[in-house]
Amino acid sequence: MEIRIISASDITAAVKKLYMDMNYYIGDDIMHALEKAKDCESSPIGKNVLSQLIENNHIAAKEEVPICQDTGMSVLFIEYGERVAIDGGSFEQAVQDGVRQAYIDGYLRKSIVDDPVFERINTKDNTPAIIYTTIVPGDKIKILAGCKGFGSENMSAIKMLTPSAGLEGVKKFILDTVNYAGPNPCPPIVVGVGIGGTFEKAAMLAKKATLRPINTSNPDERYAALEKELLDEINKTGYGPAGLGGDNTALGVNIEYFPTHIAGMPVAVNICCHAARHKETEI
Amino acid sequence: MAKKITLPLTDTDIEQLKAGDSVLISGSMLTGRDAAHKRLFELIEKGQPLPVDITGELIYYVGPAPAKPGHAVGPAGPTSSYRMDKYAPALLDRGLRGMIGKGARNQDVIDSMIKNGCVYFAAIGGAAALISHSIKKIEVLAYEDLGTEAIYRFYVEDFPAIVAIDSKGNSVLAKGNKNQ
Repeated sequence: MEIRIISASDITAAVKKLYMDMNYYIGDDIMHALEKAKDCESSPIGKNVLSQLIENNHIAAKEEVPICQDTGMSVLFIEYGERVAIDGGSFEQAVQDGVRQAYIDGYLRKSIVDDPVFERINTKDNTPAIIYTTIVPGDKIKILAGCKGFGSENMSAIKMLTPSAGLEGVKKFILDTVNYAGPNPCPPIVVGVGIGGTFEKAAMLAKKATLRPINTSNPDERYAALEKELLDEINKTGYGPAGLGGDNTALGVNIEYFPTHIAGMPVAVNICCHAARHKETEI
Repeated sequence: MAKKITLPLTDTDIEQLKAGDSVLISGSMLTGRDAAHKRLFELIEKGQPLPVDITGELIYYVGPAPAKPGHAVGPAGPTSSYRMDKYAPALLDRGLRGMIGKGARNQDVIDSMIKNGCVYFAAIGGAAALISHSIKKIEVLAYEDLGTEAIYRFYVEDFPAIVAIDSKGNSVLAKGNKNQ
């Protein structure tokens, strides 16, 4: 079997670039959705907010400064090809070094504290990043990276629904979560939904769903239809841009699902602000 | 048209600000978020003096990103205000006249705003790079060890905001359709 050698420094450089780029340059999917929302927004205040968000994203890209001061906690989903060996360091350390360098050299805010309950001392380099690795066939490393601000992360929720709740129960929980969040998570939001698996699997699917471009749909047409229906329903809530009222409360709803237990139907809702920052690369 | 207002806010300024007004704020304001609020609140509870005189001030809930060379400040948009709800009434009782943040406030804060004659402005969450253009100079006043969460003084010109809740308790924040 042929082994491919990848240097740790190449992984570090790739991760650093992902984090700097995603914080300065919002994705085309979000920019197009904001433009479209601005054109169809009936609230004057909402239209004004959307114009300012679009202008903000242009300024960030031009000046190469973060779109939002909350440059988030770093989360990476990595598919690691089983024929890859790392030279000159460890894989975990190489990824963490990339995050550290991006946040220090890229003038990104360091928002991580070392202990959640007691002293809450800032780690000063935004590490540790949260890394989910799966081993896959092949000789590549594929990195899907995101950074998640906590204004919206705090509005997320999970519920262990049971099968009798059915489709209606799923819809109700998602809409209840969005309503509970109201104006707080920087609408227009992106809603990531994970359905199935176990407690933690549903939450991870929801996170991963927030990293999927919003101009894509779930490949299963039933889930794709549910994404569209929920987006319409969420936009009827009236929270609007910045929660100041309007037609555009969400830019997109992305659902991911996974097989689950005969007794269960877990649903996780990970709410993301309009600055839905994600990038991917392959080494 | 946005109304231009200058800090510090007078009683008349506060009375005239109505929920829904767009404003451009100039002058100097304090900043503070979770960790600084916790410390201020604990000092008030113990009856000890505060490191910064908050009388007549406006406080902006923000933790800015670091400034690039040549910039006065990094991107500096508002953080969610509800996390400061536990602490805000004590600060308003101590003479704070207003707050800038994003999102909803609880009834305790609104009641305290009415009692003390205070105003709550919403800045646009996520418009951090745009907002930073209106911040001309910053200096650390207290709690430097908190880094981005320290209490700063921001000198601003035409800082864009909206009166989200006025001193009569009227709110422009959307209530949503919770009965669906």
